[in-house]
Amino acid sequence: MLATFIQRAVIQGIPLLFGSTGEIITEKSGNLNLGIPGIMYVGGISGVIGSFLYEQHMGIGTPLNPFLAIAIPMICSLVGSALMGLIYCFLTVTLRANQNVTGLALTTFGVGFGNFFGGSLAKLANSETASIALVRTSKFFSSPIPITKEVSWFTRIFLSYGFLAYLAVIIAILTAVFFKRTRAGLYLRAVGENPATADAAGINVNAYKYVATCVGSAVAGLGGLYYVMDYISGVWSNDGFGDRGWLAIALVIFAVWKPDLSILGSILFGGLYILYLNIPGLSRSSQELFKMLPYLVTILVLIITSARKKRESQPPASLGLSYFREER
Amino acid sequence: METFAIELKGVTKTFGSLVANNNVDLSVKKGEILAILGENGSGKTTLMNMISGIYYPDEGHIFINGEEVVIRTPKDAFSHGIGMIHQHFKLVDVFNTVENIVLGLNSGKKYDLSEAKKNIVDISEKYGFVIDPDKKIYEMSVSEKQTVEIVKVLYRGADILILDEPTAVLTPQETEKLFAVLRRMREDGKSIIIITHKMHEVLSISDRVAVLRKGEHIATVETAEASEASLTELMVGKKVKLNIERTEPLNTCVRLSVENISCKNREGITLLDDVSFNVMAGEIFGIAGISGSGQRELLEAIAGLQHIENGSINYLNPKTGETSDLRDHTPIEIREMGVRLSFVPEDRLGMGLVGNMSITDNMMLRSYRRGKSAFIDRKKPHDLADKIISELEVATPDAETPVRRLSGGNVQKVLVGREISSSPALLMAAYPVRGLDINSSYMIYNLLNKQKENGVAVIFVGEDLDVLVELCDRIMVISSGHVSGIVDARSTNKEELGLLMTKAKEQEGSVNE
Repeated sequence: MLATFIQRAVIQGIPLLFGSTGEIITEKSGNLNLGIPGIMYVGGISGVIGSFLYEQHMGIGTPLNPFLAIAIPMICSLVGSALMGLIYCFLTVTLRANQNVTGLALTTFGVGFGNFFGGSLAKLANSETASIALVRTSKFFSSPIPITKEVSWFTRIFLSYGFLAYLAVIIAILTAVFFKRTRAGLYLRAVGENPATADAAGINVNAYKYVATCVGSAVAGLGGLYYVMDYISGVWSNDGFGDRGWLAIALVIFAVWKPDLSILGSILFGGLYILYLNIPGLSRSSQELFKMLPYLVTILVLIITSARKKRESQPPASLGLSYFREER
Repeated sequence: METFAIELKGVTKTFGSLVANNNVDLSVKKGEILAILGENGSGKTTLMNMISGIYYPDEGHIFINGEEVVIRTPKDAFSHGIGMIHQHFKLVDVFNTVENIVLGLNSGKKYDLSEAKKNIVDISEKYGFVIDPDKKIYEMSVSEKQTVEIVKVLYRGADILILDEPTAVLTPQETEKLFAVLRRMREDGKSIIIITHKMHEVLSISDRVAVLRKGEHIATVETAEASEASLTELMVGKKVKLNIERTEPLNTCVRLSVENISCKNREGITLLDDVSFNVMAGEIFGIAGISGSGQRELLEAIAGLQHIENGSINYLNPKTGETSDLRDHTPIEIREMGVRLSFVPEDRLGMGLVGNMSITDNMMLRSYRRGKSAFIDRKKPHDLADKIISELEVATPDAETPVRRLSGGNVQKVLVGREISSSPALLMAAYPVRGLDINSSYMIYNLLNKQKENGVAVIFVGEDLDVLVELCDRIMVISSGHVSGIVDARSTNKEELGLLMTKAKEQEGSVNE
């Protein structure tokens, strides 16, 4: 029972983990990208487009090449969401547009983009509803790594997921190591904390912002891909992604900008997110109250961190600000 | 021909229509300290930013050891051995000393902080710095941060060091320590460029002085042949009287009496500890101290902006002869009590004026409650704005220009002008000349003196001890929120003030040990 609950919490948490790791990488460069919900949506639909075209190309009878079935949606997803990051950077770094406005616009744009192509593909597939089923591709994403056939609480909690789930954890750990142990990680943090200082130290501030934001967006986009291909078994339906993007941003705050903490945080958020399903006898309205829990926890963390005033748990100092060297 | 460590020829830089530097020539020898002197806006910092790669010159050439170089980025500057210590420190607050020092440095070797730490300790020992490599920047004092900055450029192997107003934030004792380090570096063959406003420092530390005025290089003179008066004349372009005419206080009576006030911040740290003093009408009462010792909280407590734990703030109304306690009243309540209090806060564009509003609108911040109809009266504030512009020579296109677009000196004139216009009985000014050039500074001093002659009680919080000694009648020194002494300005000197400024701190230190 508990093992099943934890397993479900992890499954719920993985998209959030991708999203928050991506957003942490982005925010460490001083870019507050509120476009993450839209970017994750685009990451999802881009993968869907890729695999849809591949499945169509192969026809119904022919089996899919496992490598291509995974690589095509992955690459499409990475490219799609990285392009969103690029738009964000061009607007906020090069043109120095307001970051909040740009981010929110990208979220609106991303959702619209996803729904438009979701609808178009459904039409191409002659589907009655606005949903596409990519069950064949999904199998490659969702089948667990075949190490053992035995079923126990251990395998359920640790070995029952598709490969993207493990990738999410690995990326989060690597990101934490990158921040702590590498020169480039130190420079990136400097850019987000104090771009003028980084600039005077000879660090290419704009390059760091561009790369961090695009890489961050690509990572976040994988969250969308995981959601479509693994979580809902390859059935795309418009607006199905819900508020997971915003939860990912809340998770960034919850994890106080530490990707390693974000791993535990994502499981906790995932658990809180589905808690209402595991409490019997809830009415429809009290279910909604339970769905608020992750946000309540985030507010609690905000209260605690701002009360403690520990400088290390604060957001990067120049988060949300544009940098222009010759400003006078 | 002698080869210079660094030489500039015909350097020009413009920002839009503003010419920051025009055809500037400058040279520094090896093992020499060159001081650069100039008023605010004379282009000193812009010039140095071009040497350190922050800005790129529009025209002109830069030579290092006789060879022409192109410095496009700070990285280029490092590779030519140029290191700049900025006026506003370029340090990342949440990083420690070591992390800040290795920032931007790519030696091609493995990323190894413990190796870097060893080198930093070596450099510190060589030049006699005291530095804690593991301390975070946000836990440091200003002087410690400056040390980190200097070690940072030395760590990069800089041979040419540029210091932009390094002493502005230091006590006299800390300044002496800094100068000792600079002299040691000069002996080591390093070339040092130091930008400063303070004439006596120029004379004591430098070998030669280059004077800039309005973006142009006026002259470079040997320090040994220069005097305070000759340098000022070069700098301003005309003879300026640098004396503050201090009159004896007349008809003094107690105007404000502060008794045993204490206050804490939200974290429970004591900011003011049992502070008591009297301010007389007709005197200038100076307050000296290292910045952040409680000056701000003290003035804000009097102005009704800071809650105090205990004590009282008594104002003696000159008209009625009544005494009223200002403690824990809001600024509006204080005004309604008939207290004529004016406050020039240190944070001009944050607390004093609204940057995006015009001069007229800023005048209305004081008078908007007047008038009976629902519509505000813009006529009187507009007249007042015009009056201040003409009397204080504010350089602005008109009274409707947003204050943000004015230079620091002009912003200050607008603020001081507004505060004086309400004919106060008590005037408080916090760092009113910070960032102002010599001419504007002296205009402010004269304004304060005029207020004093009119029988106003003036509280002046300053950082330049020379000015405090010359301008004030009495000086109170506070240190870590504690009054460490009230001295007669006519009989004291900087050294005494400097000692008082750090006195309580040392006592605290010995308690901790």
